[in-house]
Amino acid sequence: MRDAYGEALLEYGTINPNMVVLDADISSSTRTSNFGNRFPKRFFNLGIAEAGMVDVAVGLALGGKVPFVNTFASLLTLRAAEQVRTCVAYARTNVKLMGHHAGLSDSFDGPTHHSVFDLSVMRSMPNMTVIVPTDSVEMRKMVLLVAEYDGPVYMRINREEVPILSDERHEVEIGKGVRLLDGDDITIIGTGIMVSRCLEAAEELAARGISARVLEIHTLKPLDDQMVMAAAQETGALVTAEEHSIIGGLGGAVAELTTARYPVPLERVGIGDTFAESGPYPDLLDRYGMGVTNIVEKAASALSRKR
Amino acid sequence: MSNHPEALVQKLSKLAYDLRLDVIRMVYTAGSGHIGGSMSAAEIVTALMFHHLRIDPKQPNWPDRDRFLLSKGHAAPVLYAALAHLGFFSIEELETLRRLDSRLQGHPDRLRTPGVEMTSGFLGHGIAIGVGLALAARLDGARWKVCVLVGDGEIQAGVIWEGAMAAAKFKLGNLTTIVDYNHMQLDGPVDEIMPVEPLGDKWRSFGWRVREINGHNMRQILEALDEADQVQDRPSVILAHTTKGKGVSFMEGEHRWHSRAPTKDEYSRAVSELEWKRDNA
Repeated sequence: MRDAYGEALLEYGTINPNMVVLDADISSSTRTSNFGNRFPKRFFNLGIAEAGMVDVAVGLALGGKVPFVNTFASLLTLRAAEQVRTCVAYARTNVKLMGHHAGLSDSFDGPTHHSVFDLSVMRSMPNMTVIVPTDSVEMRKMVLLVAEYDGPVYMRINREEVPILSDERHEVEIGKGVRLLDGDDITIIGTGIMVSRCLEAAEELAARGISARVLEIHTLKPLDDQMVMAAAQETGALVTAEEHSIIGGLGGAVAELTTARYPVPLERVGIGDTFAESGPYPDLLDRYGMGVTNIVEKAASALSRKR
Repeated sequence: MSNHPEALVQKLSKLAYDLRLDVIRMVYTAGSGHIGGSMSAAEIVTALMFHHLRIDPKQPNWPDRDRFLLSKGHAAPVLYAALAHLGFFSIEELETLRRLDSRLQGHPDRLRTPGVEMTSGFLGHGIAIGVGLALAARLDGARWKVCVLVGDGEIQAGVIWEGAMAAAKFKLGNLTTIVDYNHMQLDGPVDEIMPVEPLGDKWRSFGWRVREINGHNMRQILEALDEADQVQDRPSVILAHTTKGKGVSFMEGEHRWHSRAPTKDEYSRAVSELEWKRDNA
């Protein structure tokens, strides 16, 4: 996804001279170096100084620019968390935070470089919009939407190639979920790289005679309450699937909503309360609870609890 | 150096004491607030807001205005006092400090208070934010400048130095930082809690132009600010030696006056002293 991201920045940067890009010494990895080479005056490499970088972006935003801030998702949301809370969220500055190598996508580097609770941190900040694009097609559209959106945004960027599910005609709107598959027995709600696994799980469930609705949620905040509530009311059982901890991410968001308004059996697929390890990306996803079999098992479990 | 008329220096010095009176009044009325660090900054804030920086209360969003960042956000009372005297809001409104629904929050809030450029509170943000603003000005070919006021405890924070490095890398001649060097922090003297000396050397080695002054001497402040503006190829820092709680004898140099509201008796004694000093400055 990062190659497409690098191109997307260039595209938008060409049409909006006020767009600026910041990086913290990983521009060759994040591909922001493409923008940096074309528009050197609008590219700022802050070195290994993520907290400072966020504050510099805040200053640029106060000065009328549209800054895209780039570094590892976990550094952006943990090391710079107070900068984000105070100077971006609370002060409501127009800063676009790009969390790279999100989830387990920087798989071989190991848990220090993974990011599996960035979404819970960002979701808990007032005034923050939280986006996880499903694929590169959607991501490119999101870069434009995010740039033109007025207010703080956090968006994940995957380090690796992600299966393409959208086509160019796919309409993307911040805050609007996408119904990918109709179904009546249960709804599987996925985000990011897990969406394609949700579709695979739905196929397996179909083979067992279970009709699963599949929703894609790219915007965790603000959540498409209507679409999620309709799924709870109409199908009566839910499974969420994310490349993130089962604490506080998409699963948390859906749980918070449905337990208050229309409680139904809900199972959360994600990484449990643990750190992962080094290894190949698909193997890590499978080993740490985010395999297609995990989605199918959780679906069966939710269904068995349906009243 | 530039010649500031004595009348101007006198006027500004007196005004600093008006601000101190407002600070004492505000914090006493509110029952909480930061007196020590507001008092030490009074001359600095007066020089900036009433003379050196180009700001217009009738046009708070004037694109070419100079930007002042109160990075040591707990000195909000002295900033609010200055903004009131400038006309961003009424002097009466100062009484609402920290009250429910007030536009004057405990620490500066850019969304609620006219004239406040940026929210602050937890320390360390101002220099890096100043870097971003200075870069924005440069991108636009604009002539406005950025001034950041930090505390001497505040510069213990690592992110300050991230900002300092960046300012030097980008050669930001349009960025000036003033350190309100009152040598005291909340738990005690800076020298005891976490020494920062040799401070001038630190800034110099980070690529900044350094000037040390008496932070209560209005003429020295004005000259240092003018001089900083002349430096084009690097950022400037002014180490302004001050006294925490300056102006009230029993508050001066006392770290417990960092954030303590005065009793009724302390309040009236403080007001008498400040009024006398203002009228006999």
